[in-house]
Amino acid sequence: MKALLRRKNLRWLWILLAVVASGILTVALGSLKHFQPYNYVQLALDGLRAGSIYALMAMGFVVVYSVTGIINFAQGEFVMLGAMITLTVDGLDLPLPPALKLIVSIVAGVLLTTAVGALMERLTIYPARRSAPVTLIIITIGVTIILRAVALLIWGADPHVLPAFTTLALEDRIFRIGDVTIQAQSLWIWGTLAAILVLLYLFLQRSLIGKALRACAVNRRGAQLMGINPSRMSLLSFALAAALGAIGGIVLGPVTRPIYDMGVMLGLRGFVAAILGGLLSVPGVVVGGLLLGVVENLAAGVTYPAFKSAVAFVILIALLLFRPQGILGGGEKPAEEA
Amino acid sequence: MQTRRIPANTVGLVVFALVVFALGAVDLVRPFGLRFSDLTGRVVTLDTMIRIGILTIVVVGLNLLMGYAGQISLGQAGFYALGAYASAILSTLAARHGILPGISDAWWWPWLAMLAGMGLTGLFAYLVGRPILRLKGNYLAMATLGLGFIINIFSAEFPSITGGNDGLTEIPRLRIGEFLLWPMQRYYFLVWGAAVLVILVALNIVNSRIGRALRAIHTGETAAATCGVDTERAKVQALVISAMMASLAGSLYAHFQSAVSPNPFGFTTSVELVTMAAVGGLSSVWGAPFGVATLYVIGDLIKSRMEKILPLQGGGYELILYGLLLVLIMIFLPSGVTAGGMDALRRLRRRRRPDAGEQTA
Repeated sequence: MKALLRRKNLRWLWILLAVVASGILTVALGSLKHFQPYNYVQLALDGLRAGSIYALMAMGFVVVYSVTGIINFAQGEFVMLGAMITLTVDGLDLPLPPALKLIVSIVAGVLLTTAVGALMERLTIYPARRSAPVTLIIITIGVTIILRAVALLIWGADPHVLPAFTTLALEDRIFRIGDVTIQAQSLWIWGTLAAILVLLYLFLQRSLIGKALRACAVNRRGAQLMGINPSRMSLLSFALAAALGAIGGIVLGPVTRPIYDMGVMLGLRGFVAAILGGLLSVPGVVVGGLLLGVVENLAAGVTYPAFKSAVAFVILIALLLFRPQGILGGGEKPAEEA
Repeated sequence: MQTRRIPANTVGLVVFALVVFALGAVDLVRPFGLRFSDLTGRVVTLDTMIRIGILTIVVVGLNLLMGYAGQISLGQAGFYALGAYASAILSTLAARHGILPGISDAWWWPWLAMLAGMGLTGLFAYLVGRPILRLKGNYLAMATLGLGFIINIFSAEFPSITGGNDGLTEIPRLRIGEFLLWPMQRYYFLVWGAAVLVILVALNIVNSRIGRALRAIHTGETAAATCGVDTERAKVQALVISAMMASLAGSLYAHFQSAVSPNPFGFTTSVELVTMAAVGGLSSVWGAPFGVATLYVIGDLIKSRMEKILPLQGGGYELILYGLLLVLIMIFLPSGVTAGGMDALRRLRRRRRPDAGEQTA
């Protein structure tokens, strides 16, 4: 009992209470709409799908933030660019079988977006690398506006379509388990997230460049003294973040209709996911992303769909105020050195 | 014999007010049949000038918050929206539903609504400001952004009060007694009168105890606290003042447009406001009207010219310009164009007199 009342544990008690309370509230609101158990499962599954995308984006935030200390606002635009470039290349009249064409266009989407990310770092972040964090965040906002406006000029204001990976058509295959339905594309999304997690882990833990990247995240000055070029690591982190964003956009493409301004809300939710996970650990933000997806989908499901985006922002502000180190981060580590 | 020196700011303000009102008078008096837009070759119209005046009020507030106190706000359009909606809701719905008959259709009711809007927005800013301003840098940026988004999302809901996505229309024009502040030629004087007043207030704040406290916080919050500045209080004061200015501008916008909807108060507007403040120079009250005017007129020009070449997509080019300006200014002149320009001038002067340069170096 004494241990339970210690300050640190008391905090967990509060979190537990909040979770139980919101769970009861959800069920209460759901029963007003006559929800059956499968409704909740369906909402949670759809939430997990969206959450996987948030997780991919949150990884991008973490990679850039831990290496450079910058919140990269343009992360959402990388998602948009990935989807848009892929569907454009896929729409070209290439003499290839459809499956191969899709693979080619996916590769093109990832590579070109990565190039955009690298270019962004060289042209805008590198010249201002000694500026205050607020200056840098405004710079990334400026880049966001430019990328979105360019996308508007190239792709127009109408939504586009990307074929589902399984059927290579607009209609996706749907699996039914009892009353719950799962689109085949959801499986692609979850599979991609898992594969990326493994690859990123191997890259960061095993490869020399990955180790250099981590060294830079731990201590930039120290890494520099060990002969690591921090400016090159900054470039690498932006390129990596852009690639992660592009992959997220491409696997998401078939389940939404990609549009030039899709990056705004996605980017902000990715950021909320990153904050949930503490902004510094990749596994943490993946859990954060999945959690955010489920919570916002359930909350919107039992109330009004229009409040879906408000949920993320309410979580964001509550987190920033009460637990800026994230719910999964250690209690001691300050998330930002002022 | 010593004469009493008149502060440069007072002279500047009087000259500024005279020029602005003289420009407005052109359309009232119509000398030689000229209209205001003829003076600028039809590039800047009276309508544009009024919009510039309204945004100037917001940006002056943003300058106080960002330039002097050093606290970023990416949700200023939210406070702007609160003012606009307070005026719109109080001045249309009360009369329509017959609440407070005899009062809600009096001429002074919209003015009261405007004040109420400022009060409510200030109170709201005070309540959210205490916790939010504890955050720093990136986190403060994201929190204010989230706040702006939440206000925007909620203003698109509750159709019975806010009108939902369509917003509210038929907001009455302002009048004093029987004197209607409309057409535009009359409204111009109200807007720019308010803008001059807001600039005067801001200048006084900057040169007061609060202003010095804010600048101290900007330089170093810990240092300021050590010197006895109640940093939290000063920051919240700056936020409340800037929010009230934004709210005032919102009310003026609502009565000018005669309609409000969620669209013009979104995140893009918040970013545009920050860009305008940055172009004018963050730590300069005087930068505000110039920043707003520069960006507004250039953006307008690009939009209208490009529309002729590529219909419907002129807005894209305008946004690219905003983004480019924001990036370039933040890279090369992070203290703003005005301050950066001053620095460049000083450097130039120093180069001309090499001996003086060595002394200061």
